[in-house]
Order: sequence, then structure tokens, then C-alpha cells
Amino acid sequence: MLKGYVPPYNATVVQRLLDQGAVLMGKTNLDEFAMGSGSTDGVFGPVKNPWSYSKQYREKRKQKPHGENEDSNWLITGGSSGGSAAAVSAFTCFAALGSDTGGSTRNPAAHCGIVGFKPSYGLVSRHGLIPLVNSMDVPGILTRCVDDAATVLGVLAGHDPKDSTTIQDPGKPFMLSSLTDVSKLCIGIPKEYLVPELSSEVRSFWSKAANLFESEGAKVIEVSLPHTSYSIVCYHVLCTSEVASNMARFDGLEYGHRCDIDVSTEAMYAATRREGFNDVVRGRILTGNFFLLKENYANYFIKAQKVRRLIANDFVNVFNSGVDVLLTPTTLSEAVPYLEFIKEDNRTRSAQDDIFTQAVNMAGLPAVSVPVALSNQGLPVGLQFIGRAFCDQQLLTVAKWFEKQVQFPVIQLQELMDDCSSVFEIEKLASVSLKQ
Amino acid sequence: MAAPMLRGCCLGRCWALACIDSGSRHGRGAATGFTCSGKRGQSFVAQQPLLTAQKSRKGEHKWAAVVGLEIHAQIASNSKLFSGSQVHFAAPPNSLVSFFDASLPGTLPVLNRRCVEAAVMTGLALNCHINKKSLFDRKHYFYADLPAGYQITQQRLPIAVNGSLAYSVCVGKKWRQVITKTVRIKQIQLEQDSGKSLHDELRSQTLINLNRAGVGLLEVVLEPDMSCGEEAATAVRELQLILQALGTSQANMAEGQLRVDANISVHHPGEPLGVRTEVKNLNSARFLARAIDYEIQRQINELENGCEILNETRSFDYKLGCTVPMRDKEGKQDYRWLLLLFMPEPNLPPLLLYDTASLPAGADPQQVINIDRIREQLPELPSETREKLIQQYGILPEHSFALLNEVGLLEFFQNVIKETRAEPKKVTSWVLNIFLGFLKQRNLAVNESPVTPSVLAELLNLLDRKVISSAAAKQVFEELWRSKGKTPSQIVSERKLELMQDEEALERVCHTVMEGHPQVVMDMKRGNPRAINKLIGLVRKVTHNRADPTVIKEILEKQLSS
Repeated sequence: MLKGYVPPYNATVVQRLLDQGAVLMGKTNLDEFAMGSGSTDGVFGPVKNPWSYSKQYREKRKQKPHGENEDSNWLITGGSSGGSAAAVSAFTCFAALGSDTGGSTRNPAAHCGIVGFKPSYGLVSRHGLIPLVNSMDVPGILTRCVDDAATVLGVLAGHDPKDSTTIQDPGKPFMLSSLTDVSKLCIGIPKEYLVPELSSEVRSFWSKAANLFESEGAKVIEVSLPHTSYSIVCYHVLCTSEVASNMARFDGLEYGHRCDIDVSTEAMYAATRREGFNDVVRGRILTGNFFLLKENYANYFIKAQKVRRLIANDFVNVFNSGVDVLLTPTTLSEAVPYLEFIKEDNRTRSAQDDIFTQAVNMAGLPAVSVPVALSNQGLPVGLQFIGRAFCDQQLLTVAKWFEKQVQFPVIQLQELMDDCSSVFEIEKLASVSLKQ
Repeated sequence: MAAPMLRGCCLGRCWALACIDSGSRHGRGAATGFTCSGKRGQSFVAQQPLLTAQKSRKGEHKWAAVVGLEIHAQIASNSKLFSGSQVHFAAPPNSLVSFFDASLPGTLPVLNRRCVEAAVMTGLALNCHINKKSLFDRKHYFYADLPAGYQITQQRLPIAVNGSLAYSVCVGKKWRQVITKTVRIKQIQLEQDSGKSLHDELRSQTLINLNRAGVGLLEVVLEPDMSCGEEAATAVRELQLILQALGTSQANMAEGQLRVDANISVHHPGEPLGVRTEVKNLNSARFLARAIDYEIQRQINELENGCEILNETRSFDYKLGCTVPMRDKEGKQDYRWLLLLFMPEPNLPPLLLYDTASLPAGADPQQVINIDRIREQLPELPSETREKLIQQYGILPEHSFALLNEVGLLEFFQNVIKETRAEPKKVTSWVLNIFLGFLKQRNLAVNESPVTPSVLAELLNLLDRKVISSAAAKQVFEELWRSKGKTPSQIVSERKLELMQDEEALERVCHTVMEGHPQVVMDMKRGNPRAINKLIGLVRKVTHNRADPTVIKEILEKQLSS
């Protein structure tokens, strides 16, 4: 739909980075209109996870007997901001921006072994972010370490007069302190997040992480978010409704793709939108229209808003009871091969994969996925920390401590980069950013 | 005719449409059965029309009409409701369009403070309750002049509700008695205007101009308390004057700043309301009443012929003088509003307004709106202005309406008053009858008048001092209108229009005339009233019209009796 469209203005987040001297290297691939959890449904094709080509993964695969083509079984990045995650993961750039509406930054971050940060709703301007769900979208930050994410956040956060949903306070850059003592911290483990579909490996990492906090003196307790099981359907209703609304502007009239039909305006609209949107987008638009029909509005849309309030209140109650940060998995498992991923449709996948991430968007809270360790297959697994609204700095402080504890390994892409092998002699550091 | 039959119908006179029985002929449009004789130009006060000979047959049903209005007024602001692009009439096409107006992805609405203030002012002037919290919604439909595919409006919780608009109708003999009617205001909401589309038949294309897209509108919803076109037109006129007095909208219908949609239905009194139709986009003050009356008559005809009224949208064809089902520009049945989806606008937080009591401490005055403050600073409303005129100058109520009805006329009047010793009643009469008459004949606005207030004041002073007669004054006025630069005094002396001051000379003339026409004198003695007029005429001829007829009459009568 936006083929050939060159925006005549910069998003606030982009402009703020440019104003601080950032160099824009390029635009990355994604699921079309941010709908998806694999980054497989984009018009430029699917995104390949760099870890598919990593030494760590390849070595594990050599142990398995099969003679297939090495490249045919490459892995997905997760999504929808998979292109950005892949770029950061493969050392292409210092940082990348994504979006996060149901987990679209945190999910690929976990699959690509990097840090994916979702700020509190209202902290970072959405002016220039093509909307999916206006009441849940935020720009996401993808980096190789937590300090880098904090650096970017310091530039982006703060009031934007062009976005009426941003906070009033102007932002300013900050440095994360290095926690040494976590004894005053209270970590919550939501019991509803222990689902049968969770892979045993991820569950084991989650458990180990909890134990780590406890052994270092933090208080770790089980908490309850009772309305968790309703969040997927609630999200589905609200998301598709907003999508139907937000996509109404794509008619081919002012910008973007326009079909050749000129019989009538109506015919033109219909053909343009059929050609310009993929199945996933069209499906969501139709679904959203259904929920917004006058006879359905109260039963679906209003009800979903009420359920959303309940879900958000679950978090408020937990944080009010003394919990500082919640610790959960980010994804059900490590990244799967593309061929396996596409066996299920986009909607099914999204419903499955968003399970740990999207309640956070409903509540507008900050959350971050931090890579914890490699799976048995040599692939990254991430865990998620969720913080109080507008306590992004505190959240990142805890995440930084955790990152230091786990010492997640650097991706080894030597085989792909034989010419630049000298660059990759640094194995200890997870980031190439300059440190004091 | 029983008053309850037509809601709001005045006492004494009845509006003929209500009396149309089922035996009536098919209507010929609004002309059926009644005339609405307003004053010259636009009717400012609904005149209750004379009942023409439409006697009701025994046992036949009467009809009552119910009219509600949705009025869209463009807010007079520098920039649009949610974006910074300018608001100008007749700018080059697509020159006042921001990224947001063009619905570029990623753009967000930012509320314009001036538009909110305009809404509050208008709500207060119309006796509304101002909602301290109001919400914005998206109203979705697909149309080429609506780039985002939705309009941002206030469907669920508008900024002002439950107000009233008072307007006046003239009743009684010679329409001297003025009674006030009220129409309830359901709500006032802020919303975006759409762009404009022009259909180019020749090339089978539609041209879109987005200059108007996103301009702030106040939608004022009037409850169906009106019963005919005239009442609706009068209510609209009063609303126009209020908006103009407030400065919240220029409300010029010709420039599209005020647009009216009418909801019309008919029913038999005592029975439930009928199916209503919506007649959209009535953009002309002149045709507003006519279109509504046509539609009322059309519905009556349909129902009397056993047909049903469809709940549809119609528009008014100015050339044919009738309402037609609405078609879009391409000639297709207009399905725009068949499927209307609403959703809250997620990019705009609830609009919160304060009063002095609820104002948060330390609030930045730039960021908050205080309703009490706005109320204190409301300018004088037309009804107050009229009342003042009546009190101050003792003029008649219907004259106070007339003075406010014409742009600039009140100021003109007040400037004349300032410079003349003549009685306000005299000034009123001259301004409303003679001056306004000249303007209308030549289709001029007050500010295009060749006669300035000072000049008219001078003329009235001459009249007041009895330097000239009333008839002479009118001649002078005509001359003033034609030739610029001359003062009234100049014209009077040039044309020798001064009244004879010499009473003795006049007495001699009267005496001479009487002597010369003994027969007429005889008639006079016998009491023939026309005789004296003949004598007056003769005297005037002799004096070249330089004698005051009233004085002549006095002298003649005195001489006769002596």
C-alpha cells in the first residue's frame, strides 16, 4: 500500500536521534503494518535470523544427522520488528527502532539474542509512528546491551506537542546506575504465566533467573494476574477494531499505491485496498468492522475495553502490594525454522506468541526483554522484566544488573565474515559501544 | 383552529399547512395554501401567514409537521481544529493542507484551544450546560473528501448540552405583536469539516480540494420543536446573529460558513411521529424555508396517496425547487451513511474544562480553560442589544429586529442618532424605510451606501428644524444618493426647497386660493373631507411645494371658520 511512498517529514523519534548526531543507516523489514509475530509477512519477503548462521547454532546442528541444504532451514527472527532485531543482532548498527503493540519489539529481541525495550505508553512520542493500535503502540528500542537502550531512551523520552498522549515532562538523558545490592528488590513471578505450551528450556531459565535474584538477597514471590487468560481475546477485539479504523485512510487517493481502475471512486477504493493490503491486514480490517457494527459495539468493543481495565488493574494491584518488577518469559521457546513457522497462519501464531507480552501493552507499562542464555540448540532465549508505569529507569537498572550476572555470549558470525574476522576478536563484551 | 394542533403555533392565527385536510390538492411546492410575507429582503421575524381559503371538511384529518435542524458553523479561527494549517476562504486549491489534513500515516491530532473557547462561548450564549469532560470520537465513512476515512467528532459526550435558542414571531393585526418562541438545543459538538469535491463530467474525474478538510466546526443540534420552514429559517437567522456577535463564526451561508441539515416528518396530531427524512446541505438563507416547506408538503402528498415515507437522505434542487433523494457526485445512490461505524478517538485524551472553583492550584493558564472566565467576557448578545435599543430609544420591538438584521445597519443608525437632534422614532423610520429601501432597490450593503450617517443626520436636522418639509426631505435624499459631494443644505438651497417661513404670506396665499375656488370652499363647508385636500394641493402648487401641508391645513381651517 505504501509502495513508493517517501514520507515528507521525520518521526519525532527519528528527528531527536538525528538532532543528537545519529546516522540513519537504513530502513528495516517487518511484518506488513506490524501485524505478525514472525516478520514473515512483509512485501520484501521474510526476515532471516542471523543466529541461523551463527557458529553456536551450526555446531549444534552438525551433531544431528541430516544432509539437507544448510540454508533451507533458516530461522525466523520473531516479529513484527524482526528486521530491526536482525540488524542489531548482526552488528549492522548500534541500535534500531521498532514498534511494540503486543510484543513486536520484545519478541524478536528474545529470538535474536538482544535487548528489546518497550517504554511506558506516553513516554515516547508516536508522531511519525504508523499506527496499528493507537492506544497501545509505542516506539521500541533494540540494542545489544541495556546501557545502550538507556542512552537511546534518554534522547527519545519526554513531551512532544505533536503527540497529545505524551506526558507533560520534558525528557533528559540519564545514566543507569550499577546496582550492587538487590536485597531491597521485590521480584514478582506471575503464576498464570506458567502455561503448558511453555518449553521446558525456557521454563528452566525462568526458574534459574528467579533463583539468581533470591540467592543475591532479593525477595522473590509468586503473584497473581487473574485476568491473564482473557487478554488474548480482549487484545484481538481492540486491536482489530483500531486497525479497521487506522487503515481507513489508505485509499490510494493522496499517497501510496493506487490501482488502475477509474470507473468510479468506489471501485477504485476497493481495488486499491485489495491490491495494497495482504491477507492478514484485510482479515483484521474485516474483523474490526464486525466488532464496530452498531449491534456488536456494546458486546464486543465496550466489553473488551472493560476487560482491558481489569487486566491493567491486575498489574496495579500487584505493584501496589510491594512488588518492584515482574519477571516472566518473553517467548514460549527459542526461534523456530521458517518452514515450521508458516505451517500455522499469522493469526494463530500471533495469538500464541504474544501471550507473555501483550498484556503489558494493554496496561501501558514498560517492559524489557534481556537475553539470558543459549538453548540446547545454541539459540538465544530471553526473559522479560515488567516495571511500574513511568518507572522505566528503575526497570532498566534491574535489567542491567541481570545482564551483568548472566553474561550472555556474543553471536559468532565468523563464518559469514571471514574478511572482517579481526573485528570479532572481542568475545567478552556484548556491545561494541564505547564504555567509560 | 385549535392551537395544540401545531406545536408552537401562535394564538389567533393558524398556519395554513396545519389545516390542510386530506381533500387538498397536490401541492405545488411551498406555495400551497399559504404565503409567508416577510419584510423586504430576508425575513428576520417569522410572519404568521394569513389563512387562505382552505376550509377543512368535516371529519378529515389535519397534519402537523415536525422540523429539527443540525447546523454546522465554521469556527472563526486562524488554524484548523486539529492541525496548524490556516483557515482562509477561497485560497488556491490544496494550499492550506498539513500532513495531518492529508491523512499521511503517523500524523496525530492536536486540539486547537481557540476552537474549544469558541464552543464554550457559543454554549454559554445558548444557555447550555457545559460538560467539564467531553470526548472525541471517530465517525467512519468512505468518501473522497474525507482523507482519513473518518471524521473526528463528539458523538458520545459533546462539549455542551441542553440549551435553548429564542427567536421571535410577529402576530396579530399588522404583525405588531411579537411573541418569543424557543427551540431546545440538544447539544453542541466540535468536529472536523471535510474537504470539497468537484465533479468534472467532461473528463469523468473528481477533483478534490482539501483546504477545508479539518477546519473546526460547531455542530448545533436543534430539537424538532419547529413546525414549518419559516420558524426554522428564523431560528437559523437568530443563531447566525448570535454567532456573529460572539465572533465564534462569521456564519455566512454564501461562503459555506453556515450549513443546515433539516430533519422533517409529518403526522396527525395525537398520533405518533412519522418517519423522518433528512434534507442535507441547505446552504442558502433564501431557500431554507422553501425547501423545508416543500418537503413537508411532499410527505403529506405521499401519505395522502397511500405511499410510505422512506427514512432517507435528500437534497434540495434549487433550480427545480424540490427535494430529491441524495445522489453522490457520480450520480449513484449515496450509500455513504449506510454503514456508519464509530470508535473513540484514541489519540485525544478527554477534554477537561474548569471553572474557578475547580481550577487546579498552580495551573498554567495557557493549558487550562476556565468556563467562568469565558462567561464573564461574553460580548453583548443580539437579544440584549435589541432590548437596549427599545429602552434607550423607545423604538418598537419589530424595528429593533430590523436594525440588527442588516450588516452594519445598527452602527449606521447609532451614528446618525449621535449627530442629530431628531427624535429616535423619526431616525428609525428614515433608516428602516427610506434608507434601507434605497439600499435594497440597488442591492447594496450598508457599507456601500453613498450617503454617510453624518449626511443623513444633517438632513434630519433640517427636517427637525422645519427648514424643509417631509416631501422635500425625500427629494433631497434622492439627490444625495445620486450625486456625491453635495451637502443637504446645498441641495436645499440649489433647488429652493426651503419651507416658507413667512406665515403671513402663506395666509395671504390661502386666502387667495379660497377666493378663487368658491365651489371647493362650499364642499368644505358641507364637510367633504376631500375638498380640503384639493385646496391644500392648490396652495402647494402656488407655493411651489415650499409650504408645509400641515400648516396649510391649519390655516385653511382657521380661515374657513372665521
